[in-house]
Amino acid sequence: MEFSSVEKSLLESVADLHSIPAGAVNIRRDGEAALRRSSSHIDIVAKTDRPGIDVIVKPGTVNESVHVPVILTRSGFKDLVYNTFIIGEDSDVLVVAGCGIHNAGHQDSQHDGIHEIIVKKGARMRYVEKHYGEGNAEGKRSLNPTTVITVEEGAYAEMEMVQLRGVDDTRRVTRASVHDRGNLKIVEKLLTHGEQEAESEIEINLVGLDGTAQVISRSVAQDKSSQVFQAKLIGKARSNGHVECDAIIMGDAQIHSVPELVAENGDAVLTHEAAIGKIAGEQLIKLMSLGLTEQEAVDTILRGFLR
Amino acid sequence: MLELKNIKLNFSNGNGTAREVLQDVNIKLEKGKLYAITGPNGGGKTSLAKVIMGIYTPSEGQVILDGEDITSLSITERADRGIAYAFQQPPRFKGLTVENVMKIAQPSLDTVQIRGYLRDVGLCPEDYLDRDIGPGLSGGEIKRIEVAQLLARQAPVSIFDEPEAGVDLWTIQKLIGIIIRRYKGNSRGMAIVITHNEQFLPICDEIILVAEGTVKERGTTEEIWPSIREDVICKMKGQCGGNVYGIQ
Repeated sequence: MEFSSVEKSLLESVADLHSIPAGAVNIRRDGEAALRRSSSHIDIVAKTDRPGIDVIVKPGTVNESVHVPVILTRSGFKDLVYNTFIIGEDSDVLVVAGCGIHNAGHQDSQHDGIHEIIVKKGARMRYVEKHYGEGNAEGKRSLNPTTVITVEEGAYAEMEMVQLRGVDDTRRVTRASVHDRGNLKIVEKLLTHGEQEAESEIEINLVGLDGTAQVISRSVAQDKSSQVFQAKLIGKARSNGHVECDAIIMGDAQIHSVPELVAENGDAVLTHEAAIGKIAGEQLIKLMSLGLTEQEAVDTILRGFLR
Repeated sequence: MLELKNIKLNFSNGNGTAREVLQDVNIKLEKGKLYAITGPNGGGKTSLAKVIMGIYTPSEGQVILDGEDITSLSITERADRGIAYAFQQPPRFKGLTVENVMKIAQPSLDTVQIRGYLRDVGLCPEDYLDRDIGPGLSGGEIKRIEVAQLLARQAPVSIFDEPEAGVDLWTIQKLIGIIIRRYKGNSRGMAIVITHNEQFLPICDEIILVAEGTVKERGTTEEIWPSIREDVICKMKGQCGGNVYGIQ
């Protein structure tokens, strides 16, 4: 399967793919499978009732990865996909998702990805999802991911969800349930600029005994962009949860940060911290005293913050 | 040669009046020497250092480095000219590691050299290289990393602002050793140590006493140290009233 230079660049941006990776892979291009390959331990099967795939990681699979990036290059194309991931018991895998849109036309392009993830008993999964948009024409680039994840007994899931530059409009929804001794960590990094709008809503239900959840949000809003971040932890059993949202606001941007804690059990320990502020002047001065210009200092601070 | 000529610095009180922070400061500092600037809190020591670094712009006067008037130069331009400053209270950075910042301080450094600078300030490199300069580090650790950055810059003008503050006694001894080795008699640069520490002061070639926004006294360590030694020790012990260093 051949990819154009634009497509290769998108794949690099959203999935760090410089070539076709080893192992299981599914690359979706403008609504169709451009490349699909299962491995001996990870099956990728097309859904029969709606667009999308089932990714089935066999129990006990360790040190393997599956790449399922999506790219859109046709202006005006609106893509909707349903993907299901079953991470088998006692496996340990990396899932690399992500979506890149190149819109060089005047019509709006949009990708709505609905992911259901089940991390089975004792399994470990690291999930990385990067979103990126590019193109100088009037056509907007919209990305609306919905992720529903179940972390079963003793399982561990770490999700890193990153929105890089160039996405005009996004609405992210993440719903999770964490069972006995399950552990979920969500790290969300978001950068908006221009007049972009972003909304992220995360709800985690701690349903099992001694389940834990941690949400770390780092966001930067520049220019006239706006962001709404809502994170809700619901402790339904003896459990621990923590939400940490840090945001840097620049220019005429707006940020609305709403951490919410709901304890439905007397042994649930839930905490949150939230901060919104400009880049501290003393940080800029410090880096300038090391020889950086003011703009280089700003870029360095933002790069580190969103690392 | 670094020269401060007739430096005045005013800060606004916010009610239309101004507070004079520095007044008629005149100092000439030579390469190859290790200077101590000492004096009571609020006397103008850190303000003086920030005027040299370009963080504060003087209301009047000139800063001259090797014959060039650098008064109007930015912080970045002064850093490029070879002025380096270790902050008294360095800021923290989420997401920037110790290695990141050391490489900003001196881009030519490789990891082996960075490890060496961290050892110089008493930090085990394996424990710190990948750590964020963020809330996870103590004030003393941040301070030592700050000093390591200054050492790494190898600048012709190096200003240490209270390197001993928040640092344990063993590390102070280590810092004294490294500053002596690096700067004493080094014709390529000068070091200015702002300090109240009774161990730092005697190792310097000259002591400059700054109080009430100006230079009250200056001389070789042999001349100045005996007269202020008791005051410094008394201040260290927190026993002094308003008459520190003989300043009314």
